[in-house]
Amino acid sequence: MKRNQRGEEEEGGGSSPGSREPRKKKQLRQQDLEDQDESSSQWGRLPQEMLLQVFQYLPLLDRAYASQVCRGWNHAFHMPELWRCFEFELNQPASSYLKATHPDLIKQIIKRHSNHLQYVSFKVDSSTESAEAACDILSQLVNCSLKTLGLISTARPSFMELPKSHFISALTVVFVNSKSLSSLKIDDTPVDDPSLKVLVANNSDTLKLLKMSSCPHVSPAGILCVADQCHGLRELALNYHLLSDELLLALSSEKHVHLEHLRIDVVSENPGQHFHTIKKSSWDAMMRHSPKFNLVMYFFLYEDEFGPFFREEIPVTHLYFGRSVSKEVLGRVGMNCPRLVELVVCANGLRPLDEELIRIAERCQHLTAIGLGECEVSCSAFVEFVKMCGRRLSQLSIMEEVLVPDNKYGLDELHWEVSKHLGRVWFPDMMPTW
Amino acid sequence: VGENGSPTEGVCMGGNAVHWFRKGLRLHDNPALRDALRGADTLRCVYILDPWFAGSSSVGVSRWRFLLQCLEDLDASLRKINSRLFVIRGQPTDVFPRLFKEWKVTRLSYEYDSEPFGKERDAAIRKLANEAGVEVMVRISHTLYDLDKIIELNGGQSPLTYKRFQSLISRMDAVEMPAETITADVMGRCTTPISDDHDDKFGVPSLEELGFEVDTLTTAVWPGGETEALTRLERHLERKAWVANFERPRMNANSLLASPTGLSPYLRFGCLSCRLFYFKLTDLYRKVKKNCVPPLSLYGQLLWREFFYTAATNNPRFDKMEGNPICVQMPWDRNPEALAKWAEGRTGFPWIDAIMTQLRQEGWIHHLARHAVACFLTRGDLWISWEEGMKVFEELLLDADWSVNAGSWMWLSCSSFFQQFFHCYCPVGFGRRTDPNGDYIRRYLPILRGFPSKYIYDPWNAPESVQKVAKCIIGVHYPKPMVNHAEASRINIERMKQIYQQLSCYRGLVQQVTSAPQSEAAAQSSWHGDLRYPGTSTRQQHGGFWIPFHHFSQSAAAAF
Repeated sequence: MKRNQRGEEEEGGGSSPGSREPRKKKQLRQQDLEDQDESSSQWGRLPQEMLLQVFQYLPLLDRAYASQVCRGWNHAFHMPELWRCFEFELNQPASSYLKATHPDLIKQIIKRHSNHLQYVSFKVDSSTESAEAACDILSQLVNCSLKTLGLISTARPSFMELPKSHFISALTVVFVNSKSLSSLKIDDTPVDDPSLKVLVANNSDTLKLLKMSSCPHVSPAGILCVADQCHGLRELALNYHLLSDELLLALSSEKHVHLEHLRIDVVSENPGQHFHTIKKSSWDAMMRHSPKFNLVMYFFLYEDEFGPFFREEIPVTHLYFGRSVSKEVLGRVGMNCPRLVELVVCANGLRPLDEELIRIAERCQHLTAIGLGECEVSCSAFVEFVKMCGRRLSQLSIMEEVLVPDNKYGLDELHWEVSKHLGRVWFPDMMPTW
Repeated sequence: VGENGSPTEGVCMGGNAVHWFRKGLRLHDNPALRDALRGADTLRCVYILDPWFAGSSSVGVSRWRFLLQCLEDLDASLRKINSRLFVIRGQPTDVFPRLFKEWKVTRLSYEYDSEPFGKERDAAIRKLANEAGVEVMVRISHTLYDLDKIIELNGGQSPLTYKRFQSLISRMDAVEMPAETITADVMGRCTTPISDDHDDKFGVPSLEELGFEVDTLTTAVWPGGETEALTRLERHLERKAWVANFERPRMNANSLLASPTGLSPYLRFGCLSCRLFYFKLTDLYRKVKKNCVPPLSLYGQLLWREFFYTAATNNPRFDKMEGNPICVQMPWDRNPEALAKWAEGRTGFPWIDAIMTQLRQEGWIHHLARHAVACFLTRGDLWISWEEGMKVFEELLLDADWSVNAGSWMWLSCSSFFQQFFHCYCPVGFGRRTDPNGDYIRRYLPILRGFPSKYIYDPWNAPESVQKVAKCIIGVHYPKPMVNHAEASRINIERMKQIYQQLSCYRGLVQQVTSAPQSEAAAQSSWHGDLRYPGTSTRQQHGGFWIPFHHFSQSAAAAF
């Protein structure tokens, strides 16, 4: 956004309601021309609402510079509306390339604005010090009524390296004091069942979004408590080991709102791990209660761990295979995932996925996006697949090295055929080869 | 001063020419040298060796050896036409004024260097030459095209997708024919004054003289020099003709090993002219396919190289993340210990370690091997900055020059060029699928020779009995795996998504954009907040960021 004096004037004039504004704008311009000496004081007397509008567009650093200009602008800088959202970036130079939020700024915010904060996130790097600093700040947010809290690890999950009690006590400060938490993102943290109880005790009416993938200290009972009490919960992300029939039924109970998103991470800790199964009837109950919900599943398993999965129909909509997945499993996906919208296959191997892809095109009538990584697909089968899906494929991403030319199609012909069927110009993804 | 053969150059009547070799270490297709000779009385070909270069750790012994072999080869070829190579130690800005005086130089020629540092250096030398009244002749022959023309055709910006680049190429004028090889005839009446002590003063140094230990060195797998390059070119074309198939060759276990027809290091140093390669490929294709028009994919290797040169030429920060307008700012981890393990082939993943060992020993690895180790270091497993990987490749990889190396690393780490990030190379599975037997591993990591194919890619899973029989206990004789890949890749894909989510948000592109030219949507983008992302040139590019499951990201993004 171009920031110049005229720009600011126009912004201010355009956005504030009322007919006084155009006249005021004209007045300002005239006075600007006529009386150069007084021009600086005119800037200083811009109405606060106007300044607020303008300041909202400025990045923090520029706003801070602006606040040094005069008392009026300094006052605007500290208006509560400008301090509703904040992202604390906590990095150590020894462990990160990115800059951290200045400690003095953090002090200022806690001192003057902690009761204005409503949407807060913490981004920490891989060092324990950063995670500790985050907890430190959290513990001081006693006067906050947060709506949103996000604890985000940008590299290795450093919250997991903190002493559990230290983390929990900092987090519960927010749970207890906010009483109106709507969105909570606490993936890769040592949150546990008791702290979830505290969350629920204070925020059950308002909680709508809870993302807690890879929280190893939580048990199925702990998350069940959340589902039972937080009837407004619309989005939930967790690991497969926390998923149970009871949980799905709780989320489908009459009192519960329609669920919109359920994300499940299926992660293997050790090769040969066994996973429990979820009854089809539980999924059916979910479907009856929330017919439009998105079921997002991420699989990070070894090839031989897929035994319990895709044996029966499952209402999954977004499927991501982060490791190698066998032809056989992909065949089962084609058979049992009629609601599939998006499919990403990281790797499969050197046996062509021709049949499996065709079946998916046939049976997954809602498929609009597919991504194929280290696999093999013959060009003919790929063209057939695209032909069958047609224009509903808004995203088709395949590595060029995946496609195997055959008698019918080489790579150049394939690109034309696929583009034709998709109704737009399409190319496979490429990797540099020099 | 005429450039690129402009008609304002008159025929030089006499005078002393100096040709400055930097890359372009060859006598074939060397238009700068060819034009410098025209009408000159004397010719001296110089190579300037920066004395501090040898000590800098960013160039390993393989690269030095290759270079010295190139220089020896040049010297030998020049001897055949009654000339010699003059190797001079020092900095060009110190050396040239002295030479201009001593040799009464009237003309200086060199091959155009498109890299930002090269352009700066050459501008300084040009200034010195002008001050000394020396005519400067520069010719383009390290790239197929005049890169500035490609950029002009693209509205003043370097193209950031390969597909766009290809479409621009298809609209460019034909590649210029290679210049005639410098022979005794071409030299004509031009001579080279050679003193008796030439070898002492200007001889090609040896590795020992540069301070390297040579006792432990094995024979070079990739011998440097123009002669070798041209031999390989013939072999390369013969093989293609024999196979009569110009498609991308299928990857198999053998592809991993150094090939006697491999050409990339020779292209980098300029022992082989890219234009010669281009025309020979074209001729062969026409012959085999009966005069069909060759597809662009035939020149894949050359065009990728060209693409990265074009992307880098106007961007002095091309090899950095910070301050680089085309590079996504990622919160990479700083971890020198982990980096060292990767660089030295001690990760505990045999596939990765074997590749890094081959790289260190021989100076070349297959491009899929590069993808594997680059992915492992950056977005796949270690979450370490691509800049670190780039530095290691710079030290060890024979064909890694500045533009291509930095560009490839940004590409492979999904830091630029709109590369999809969803798929990740598994450090166990990928190798296993490429070479199921594991011979590659056994060759470069002899300590693991005793492992059966079943366990050679993940020896930590082998029962103790198997390890005992193999005489290699994991954790004692060979390291344990330094990360849990499933865990690391799960975490990292989340990190990537977080970053790209924010980019989408700020661009207002939460909805996935189809391939229609993104002009409107992207044009609305602006530098917003403290976040930066591939800059305004996105306006003209095809390809949005596809974030898998953007619906979910959308609501989470809205919440944050």
